[in-house]
Amino acid sequence: MTSPSQARPGGAVVALDHLSKTYGGSGAAAVDDLSLTVPAGEICVLVGPSGCGKTTTMKMINRLIEPTGGRITIDDEDVSSIPAVELRRRIGYVIQQIGLFPHLTIADNVAIVPKLLQWDRTRVRERVDELLDLVGLEPSQYRDRYPSALSGGERQRVGVVRALAADPPVMLMDEPFGAVDPIRRERLQNEFLRLQARVRKTIIFVTHDVDEAIKMADRIAILQRGGVLAQYDTPDAILANPASEFVARFVGADRGLKRLSLGRVRDVPMLEPVIIRADETRADARQRLAGVEELEYALLVDDHGRPLGWIHGSDLTGGGSVPVDAATPGAPTVQAETTLRDALSALLGSSVQLGVVVDEKDRAIGLVSVDAIGEALRAPVRGADGELHPVGEAAVEAAS
Amino acid sequence: MREQPFFRVDWIVDNADAIAGRVWEHVQMTVIAVVLGFVIAIALALLIRRVPRLYGPIIGVTGTMFAIPSLALFAILVPFTGLSVLTAEIALVSYTLLILVRNIVAGLESVGPDVVEAATAMGLTSRQRLLQVELPIALPVVIAGIRIATVTTVGLVTVTALIGLGGLGYLIINTGINRFFPTSIYTGVVLSVLLAALADISLLLLQRALTPWSRSRAGGV
Repeated sequence: MTSPSQARPGGAVVALDHLSKTYGGSGAAAVDDLSLTVPAGEICVLVGPSGCGKTTTMKMINRLIEPTGGRITIDDEDVSSIPAVELRRRIGYVIQQIGLFPHLTIADNVAIVPKLLQWDRTRVRERVDELLDLVGLEPSQYRDRYPSALSGGERQRVGVVRALAADPPVMLMDEPFGAVDPIRRERLQNEFLRLQARVRKTIIFVTHDVDEAIKMADRIAILQRGGVLAQYDTPDAILANPASEFVARFVGADRGLKRLSLGRVRDVPMLEPVIIRADETRADARQRLAGVEELEYALLVDDHGRPLGWIHGSDLTGGGSVPVDAATPGAPTVQAETTLRDALSALLGSSVQLGVVVDEKDRAIGLVSVDAIGEALRAPVRGADGELHPVGEAAVEAAS
Repeated sequence: MREQPFFRVDWIVDNADAIAGRVWEHVQMTVIAVVLGFVIAIALALLIRRVPRLYGPIIGVTGTMFAIPSLALFAILVPFTGLSVLTAEIALVSYTLLILVRNIVAGLESVGPDVVEAATAMGLTSRQRLLQVELPIALPVVIAGIRIATVTTVGLVTVTALIGLGGLGYLIINTGINRFFPTSIYTGVVLSVLLAALADISLLLLQRALTPWSRSRAGGV
């Protein structure tokens, strides 16, 4: 989850205020009286079916499209009061087709806006190298290449850093990862979230893919046909409490499972495992396991504290040392950062339905159970309003 | 009539200076025609870019000019502009326009809509976009047009011999055909073809030098 960290937000507050766009001929609204505020440094994903006005909304922010009603402010400054060309140089822009300039080298592509802003040469060069480094493109290797010599994923990275070049407070991204295959998309998304954790821009991100919205967003604005805002809230709050039938259907019947992708193992209360080593006596191990009511199994670990397998209480009767051979091998291990979805999947596939939470050195530090994950899904959800809401609250209202 | 050799090398040697003069005249007439044609074609192409519905009429008019036989065009012009370089260049420039306008427009259209959108969204003014993005990207197609126009013009310049100019055409028509002197005809034809080939190759090399990016286009998609 991309909750705002302590890092200095590099972004600005973007506010849409009763924004409307109608097109001359038909008079039909593309965007209808849309108001929402994106806090500085957050990713706001505009999502909805085609024709919901999400791209139109985004393009009004940098005045590629002029609204017919309402206004947009960036840090309280009305964008219509800023000359369009000047405004656009202050807003990063990334599109699905990337739009790299084929006749310019990677360095020159990235340097476009800094050069328009008349930075001096040394500063431009340093900035280009810094940015290429940031997305793992070795500057000495990539600087002088032309876009045609790059792979799709590499071009997309260049597209993103080109938008970041002049350090704009706001970025607009229109289906930026839509043109790459699912595996690369996943990688680019993760990379972008890590990048965003460092730069903390205010990002307006357009997609039609609910799963991408859930993954990327601090807040999701769900739009429906005609540019009407159906719900604007945190991903978890939308999944837990869809505001309407439309939202519920749009996010999908599996929204409970989708919430699992948002939660991390660290969000769930851990059980203390009963850890035993091969050189302990059965009596000792038996006594300790008996002390914990919820557990039927003790966790056998090696000398470094790494899990080896489970030993059931019934195997610890009698005397002598711990019966290593009786251990059920293959305890699923998860990390604090693992999503609940992946954790649950690992747990359901193992005979002992307990996951071992390990630290970065693979040492067992706790246990997570299927029950604990279920419990986490039933806990009240914090919405964009900062309040806790019981799960299913809004859905009940909508149904009544 | 006295028997003479089919091809007289001694004539070429004796007249080397005069032949060189004709080559130079040929080059000048070609360069003037292509440069003027290019300037007019750029203006027309930019006009079309601004007012797209002018494309049809402009291509129609330049196409008609292209279709007028060169002899007829001289006949039409001579009463107004005489047996002059002006007459020759008006005709030659007219013939370049169709090819050049079409290729410049096609070149500008070859710029991807994503590239145009990105350029606009990054805050380039429309002029910066044209000069820094659209024209450079159009360059390979534009130069391809200049190559065709140049080769065509090199050939057409010979016809202006009919109004007393002609560069190498003078060797073909005036000293060649009119006086039944094959050596002059072949000299004119061979030099004219060499000139066209040389111009074509030079422009190709220029294009490669100016657009290093277009060669690697096929690689790594």
